[in-house]
Amino acid sequence: MLSYLMRRLLLMVLTLGAVSLASFFIISLPPGDYVSTLQAQAESRGEMLDDSVLVALRARYGLDQPFFTQYLKWISNILLYGDFGQAFAWNSRPVADLIWDRVGLSFFLSLSTLLFVWAIAFPIGILSAVRQYSAGDYLATFFGFLGMAVPEFLLALVLMWVGMRYFGQSPGGLFSPEYQDAAWNLGKVLDLAGHLWLPILIIGLSGTAGLIRITRANLLDELYKPYVVAARAKGLPEWKLLVKYPVRMSLSPFFSTVGWLLPGLISGETIISIVMSLPTTGPLLLSGVENQDMYLVGSFILILSTLTVIGTLISDLVLAWWDPRIRHRYQGG
Amino acid sequence: MAASDETVLRIEDLHTHFELDDGVVHAVDGVDLDIRRGEVLAVVGESGCGKSVMARSVLRLIDRPGRITGGHIWVRTGDGTEGTDGMADMVTADARVVRSVRGKRVGMVFQEPMTSMSPMHTLGNQIGEAIMLHESVTKAEARERTVELLGRVGISAPERRADEYPFQMSGGMLQRAMIAMALACGPELLIADEPTTALDVTTQAQILDLLRSLQQDTGMAVMLITHDLGVAAQMADEVAVMYLGSVVERGPVAEVFREPRHPYTKALLRSVPKLGSRSRERLQPVRGMVPHAYRRPPGCPFHPRCDEFIAGRCDVTVPSPVPGPEPSRVVSCLLYEEVSA
Repeated sequence: MLSYLMRRLLLMVLTLGAVSLASFFIISLPPGDYVSTLQAQAESRGEMLDDSVLVALRARYGLDQPFFTQYLKWISNILLYGDFGQAFAWNSRPVADLIWDRVGLSFFLSLSTLLFVWAIAFPIGILSAVRQYSAGDYLATFFGFLGMAVPEFLLALVLMWVGMRYFGQSPGGLFSPEYQDAAWNLGKVLDLAGHLWLPILIIGLSGTAGLIRITRANLLDELYKPYVVAARAKGLPEWKLLVKYPVRMSLSPFFSTVGWLLPGLISGETIISIVMSLPTTGPLLLSGVENQDMYLVGSFILILSTLTVIGTLISDLVLAWWDPRIRHRYQGG
Repeated sequence: MAASDETVLRIEDLHTHFELDDGVVHAVDGVDLDIRRGEVLAVVGESGCGKSVMARSVLRLIDRPGRITGGHIWVRTGDGTEGTDGMADMVTADARVVRSVRGKRVGMVFQEPMTSMSPMHTLGNQIGEAIMLHESVTKAEARERTVELLGRVGISAPERRADEYPFQMSGGMLQRAMIAMALACGPELLIADEPTTALDVTTQAQILDLLRSLQQDTGMAVMLITHDLGVAAQMADEVAVMYLGSVVERGPVAEVFREPRHPYTKALLRSVPKLGSRSRERLQPVRGMVPHAYRRPPGCPFHPRCDEFIAGRCDVTVPSPVPGPEPSRVVSCLLYEEVSA
């Protein structure tokens, strides 16, 4: 098990090296750079920037150096000093500051959504499988498909309008105007809670609907297996039987995807965040891409890739802990 | 049939139907059986004759869309409070009584040991669970008994095996473990549903030997479901032959196999190769095909394939079980109703 872990960690480092190179390559691919974007913006306002200004700007940001020099400078700063470079469009603020500002809320929002989804979807999914073709199952199936079919942004707009029209709530954002820039206190926390449920509901809806369907399908695969009948023949009460055997088995595929949640915690729901003007990381990434803010975007891609790779490792380890068959395969070689 | 203290299971006119979209399958259609203490009863018949469904009905293990639609299944509950003669009817009993019979009074061994145990739990966990369900023992005591049971069914190094998972063991070893699990609470009846079908031939013989010796040690009754007439002859005291969901002939195994009375039993025995028969002799399969599940023949269900078919009688009248020429036999065939009438 230990040698397996060591091998996986080594592979992880190699993968991340390749990923960082590839992501830096991709963000430097488009013709032009941040300075040419600046120039274009100036031209659209009818101003002309002097060539010497442009050259000076490029030299200041190191944009005139060859690709590998830029990459090495970027990656060594990250590894040695935790310095992700500066975001051009944000008055050269350090990228790390910009991201960390928003990571907290993104993380909190994603985590609450996740817990909401699990709390709703697992019990309904299990019930839906155990009572297959009952009225409750049809109801869950109906709302399941509905939840998957309705675009989130549409739902967001409708609910925001309802909230404003009938409940007098300020649309969008996570805080009422009076708390926007206030320091943290009880009132601000309550205000956040009052605003948070709506994005959680909207973001969680399609996830809930999907997970209900997955839980139901996974469990139906297990529910009539011989080992369930054999366990029933021992005299186990039904609910105990259900939780110990088929539900336990049906969660294996779920655990193999649990690692993908990690990058999701940081990426922030971009579309919903824009529609509802939530201060998460999603809109920041989008604006970075629009402005060719290469260090900002590169850092994002690097962080998300790292989280994906770590998440995959975690999910493999969790699966081994959960399922003895996987565990013994690892030990075998 | 009077119930005696010796009866551990009595099935009366059992009907189990599967209501499917295209029609109703009468998987079990009026089975009468009883098993006395310490008796080994083999239930034989072709695939699809309803023997497994009948066995599962006893413990109410039929999954949707199957349903027991009629009859009684009397089993001993042990506390003497349920029903008549200290026996409870599993068909009408509430869930609590059904659970107290499962595993405690009646143990069951299934066809495929590889899929009948959860791969996520150790043998010790799954066998110990059966003990702790029915008896107030501590975890340590249950574990001790599990190891002892595993040793008794011939598993070497039971201490170590108890901590292993089913996928680490061979099919034969797992079937031994399944038997240990079924016997965990000392049931008075063991239902073995084709216990050797999924195993190779040498392992089959070992498992049958084990079942036989355990039966003799404990004095429990065994209902052995099999399609293998050789297995039935080797293991059983009594045999019940099933065709299309009902028992057509029943009696002591030696008598039935030496001198079959029902035309179906005769045909079935003719289809089995015998040692010492002339090598050029051809085996005779049972004539015709098993009828489609939705289209049961009227009258005697066997009449379209029967060599002794009487037109105007067999395709009209449903035969009822009558004593055969020998008092120990019961036969469902109009030929014998004529004689006894």
